[in-house]
Parts: sequence; C-alpha cells; structure tokens
Amino acid sequence: MISVQGLTKNYGATDAVRDLSFSVDRGEVVGFLGPNGAGKSTTMKILSGYLPADAGEVRIAGFDILSQSLKARSRIGYLPENVPLYPEMRVGEYLRYRAALKGVRSRRITEKVEDALELCSISHVRNQLIGTLSKGYRQRVGLADALVNEPDILILDEPTIGLDPGQIREVRELIKGLAKRHTILLSSHILSEVEMTCSRVLIINKGQIVATGTPAELRERSGITLSGSVRMEIQTADRANSEAVLAILQSLEEVASASLAEGIPSSTTSTSSWTRYEIIPSLSSSSSGDPRPALFEEAVRRGWKLRELSAHESSLEEIFTSFVDRIPGTPKGKTPTKELTKL
Amino acid sequence: MRIFWILWKREVASAFQTPMAWVILFFLLLVTGFNFYAGVSVLNHGPTEVTVVESFFNTVFFWFSFLLLFPLLTMRLYSEEYRSGTIEPLMTAPVRDTQVVLAKFLGVLFLYAFLWMPTGLYFLIFWWQTHLTSAGAIGAFVGSYLLLLLMGMFYLSLGCFCSSLTRHQITAAVITFAVIALFFLTGLLSFLAGHVDPMMQGITITFSPIDQMTQFSRGIFDTRPVVWYLVMTGLFLFLTLQSFQARRWRS
Repeated sequence: MISVQGLTKNYGATDAVRDLSFSVDRGEVVGFLGPNGAGKSTTMKILSGYLPADAGEVRIAGFDILSQSLKARSRIGYLPENVPLYPEMRVGEYLRYRAALKGVRSRRITEKVEDALELCSISHVRNQLIGTLSKGYRQRVGLADALVNEPDILILDEPTIGLDPGQIREVRELIKGLAKRHTILLSSHILSEVEMTCSRVLIINKGQIVATGTPAELRERSGITLSGSVRMEIQTADRANSEAVLAILQSLEEVASASLAEGIPSSTTSTSSWTRYEIIPSLSSSSSGDPRPALFEEAVRRGWKLRELSAHESSLEEIFTSFVDRIPGTPKGKTPTKELTKL
Repeated sequence: MRIFWILWKREVASAFQTPMAWVILFFLLLVTGFNFYAGVSVLNHGPTEVTVVESFFNTVFFWFSFLLLFPLLTMRLYSEEYRSGTIEPLMTAPVRDTQVVLAKFLGVLFLYAFLWMPTGLYFLIFWWQTHLTSAGAIGAFVGSYLLLLLMGMFYLSLGCFCSSLTRHQITAAVITFAVIALFFLTGLLSFLAGHVDPMMQGITITFSPIDQMTQFSRGIFDTRPVVWYLVMTGLFLFLTLQSFQARRWRS
C-alpha cells in the first residue's frame, strides 16, 4: 500500500531524512519509532503529500504522491502532529466539511460523519466549538477527521502525544480496532505503545532506518534477548559485604558482570542486609546465556538465602537504545552491524 | 468545482464565525454613516456642485476606512492557517492549490461586497425621505459601486499575496497596508504634477483611486482603470499561487 524508495529531504544544511526506503503492505499496522528529531514527522508529511521530497519516490496505493497527488491523497487519512483544527468550527460541522472536502458524496456525508463520531466516541460533543475542547477530544476529532472518508491508509503522527493515561489507552484501543479495516502507519517515540499496537516496527534515527521487524524479531536481532539482565536478591549468612559477593559472582563462568542493582530500593527492610544484584550473563558460555541455574547453585553452595532470581526480558526500550546507539556518527547507507551490545 | 464551493463556504462561514467580520462591519457602518450624514448636511447650506453620491465616495472618512479595510480582511487568510498548522490537513486533503487560492480570494471578496452592501441603504433612505435621487443618474450608482468592487479585487488580491508570504498576521497586515498606501500615494501625485503635464496626468490617473472615483461617481465610465484593476488582480492572484506553492517547497 505504501512504498517508499530512496526518500531524501533536507532543511537547509541539515538532512531530515536520508535515503529512506521501506514498504507497508495492506492490512499491516506499522510503527514508526524514533527519538525526537529522527525524521518521523518529516517522512509522514512527505507520505501524506504535504511536503515534497528532495529525492526518492513515494507510491500510495500505486499512485505517485507527486504526479498523481490527488488520487494518492484521497486514499490517505492523515493525523498531523499536534492536530491542527479550526477553533471556530463545531465538531460535527468540521467533520462534515472534511468529509465533503475528501470527496464523500453529499447524501452519504451524514452517515459517514455519524460513523466517525461514533467510532471515536465524540458524538456527545458534536455541537461543541473545537476551540473549547480538551486535548484528548481534539485528538479524537483529528482521528475522526482522518477516517471520515474511510481511506485505505491511515497515517497517524504521534496519535497519543499529550494525552493522559486513560485517554492513551482509549486511543490505543481505537487504533487496534481500526487495524481490521485500514493499513496503518503510526509514529511514536513511546516504545511500549508501538509494541502494543503494531505488527511491525521501523526504527528510525537521524533520518535513516536502523532496524525493522516485529517486536520479537527486533528483540532477537538486537542480540540482547537472552542477555537481558538477571536480578538476584540474596542475604548472605555471614553478612559478607557486597564487594565480596560481587567478586564471587563475577568469578562465575556464566556471568559477564555483576553490580549492585541501582534505582530499585532494596525492598522492605534495608537493614536486614538483603541486597539486590544485577547480573549480566556472559554470552560466550555454553549455558545459552541464562545464568540462573548457575546462580542458584552458587547460592546453595554458599548458603545464601535467595529471595529473588529473575530474568527480565529486555524491553523494546533497550532494544531501541541498542540500535540507535550503534550509529554514532553519520555512516551513509550503512546497515548496522550485528554486533552484540554490552550493556 | 464542488471542492471550490466547499472551500469557499468555509472561508465565508469562518469569517462570520469569528468576531472580526462583525467588528469591521460595525465600524465601517459607523464611519460611512457619519460620512453620509456629513454629505447630506452640506445640502443644508444651500445648493452645491456635487451630488450626495459624489461626496459620499470622496471624503477623507471614506478613503480612510476604505484603506484600512484590506489589511484587516486579508491578514488572517493564509497566515492564520500557517501559524495554527491547519494548512496541513487542508493540503493533505485532495484539493488543488488553485482551488484554495481562488476560494480564499472569492470568499474574502464576498465578505468585502457584503460589508459595503448596507451603504446602499443610505441612498434608498435618502430617496424615500426626500423623493430625490442622490445622484444625477443611475450610472453614478453603478459606476461608484463597480469601481468599489474593482478596487476591492485588486487590493484584496494584494492582501492575499502578502498573507501568503508569512505566518504572522500582523506582518501581513503591515505589508498590505504599506503597499496599498504606496499605490494610493502615487495616485496623489496627480494633484501635484497633473495640472502641469498631461502625460504625467495620464499615468497617475491609473494609480489614483481618488481621480477614478471622482469620475465614476459622476457616472463617467473609463475603461483604463477597469483593465488596470482586472490585470493587477490576475497578477496578484498568480503571485499568491506561486508563493503558496513555494512555501510548501521551502518548508
């Protein structure tokens, strides 16, 4: 449905997007992930036909976004970042205007607007001035606008930014529901959001795609799947100090490094010498990267009381960081090497 | 064509949904009402050379409010859409640039015409009260309002262009006012040099709304200003389109 080839766009001397290529198939929900200023919004503006690219080709449902712009644009529902709306119009009035503008036939406008109002649960504010709406409602009006003509493709730029947690959940549910009928490309810098709603993720940084795949694939590719840290909370019988324990842990073959867990308050009774350690498994070992059996045996052998021994799966957050950190400078057109990241 | 009407309707509706149009209308009627009253009260001091219509369209009050009208009417057209970002949803809908430019221009032209419409009532009231026409002939009415429309087209298209240049309404208004004032003051040159050099007079009358209005409000029809205003309107609409498109390429 969306095909992008060698897309390049620069603002003056700075490259916003550099030689970007990807495609989105019918029915996919693709998350466009990147830190602020990575080129997400620029790419989406180009895809929606608002900005022209400096180089490269964009095809929307087979139509070139420049030479067959009107046909391409009529197949897209676009939610711009920050959702600009006319404050002096009423919600229903605005949606009727947008539906008409997008070529919905006159006698079907009422029906389509009602559907959109219903879907975004904003029927009860239809007569309210847009200028008086809260951010969450504005966002939903923007969404209703994007899907009022039932376009094949939805391009949503940061659909949940600036919303409160309840509203974020609602919008996510809404997007999930829309996924059945539309091809969706949504951008975000919140990773959990992309993980929840998207079937595929494109990670973009400094105008280039640094990784693509399902969240699970990315996890694997990032090389930190099984090397996610292990947390261990113990109480040593002889009240040995933590340096000694760390030394013992680090001497194990399965352990790459061990440290005191930071940021997590050593639970309930800090005086009782329960100490939390963060252990990074050694990848060279034959233990398939899971050091927990070895840690358990060590604890038993030393007579440590063990209260917690858990491996936490690396979140998309870490995967993301690992991909983004891999390209320090600006290597041109170079795909990230599949090196393993030491945390 | 359908898209054009949808856009046009929104332009007109939005003008009346914001207080701007009503505020302008209020003050315009206040000033022109006073202007009309002044024109009529001249008649109390005995016979005059000029008709009520002639005096109505040629006072300082009239020209002052006339010149101020354009920056106020046009400044928000593009600047506001740029600033608030609504240009983005607008231009990602399947609409052509020309449709937007024309809809905005004809929308504000309609508003402009609407603002002057109540002034026609003054002359109706005059006729109803005195059983005398306020001008020598019907042509004087037609001429005055035709010129008002033609001048409006030119200055509004100029205002559209200025607004399409910037995201700041005030900047747009200031540029519009400065350029209109420039044209207007060039026209005033005919009062200084006109009596000396007929060639100079020929040139300056093209720029001089005051000279033109003096003629048209007497019912004298001159094609030169008509052509001038139509050509200039076309030119500035073309420039507006270019600037509107260029903006998207730049940003």
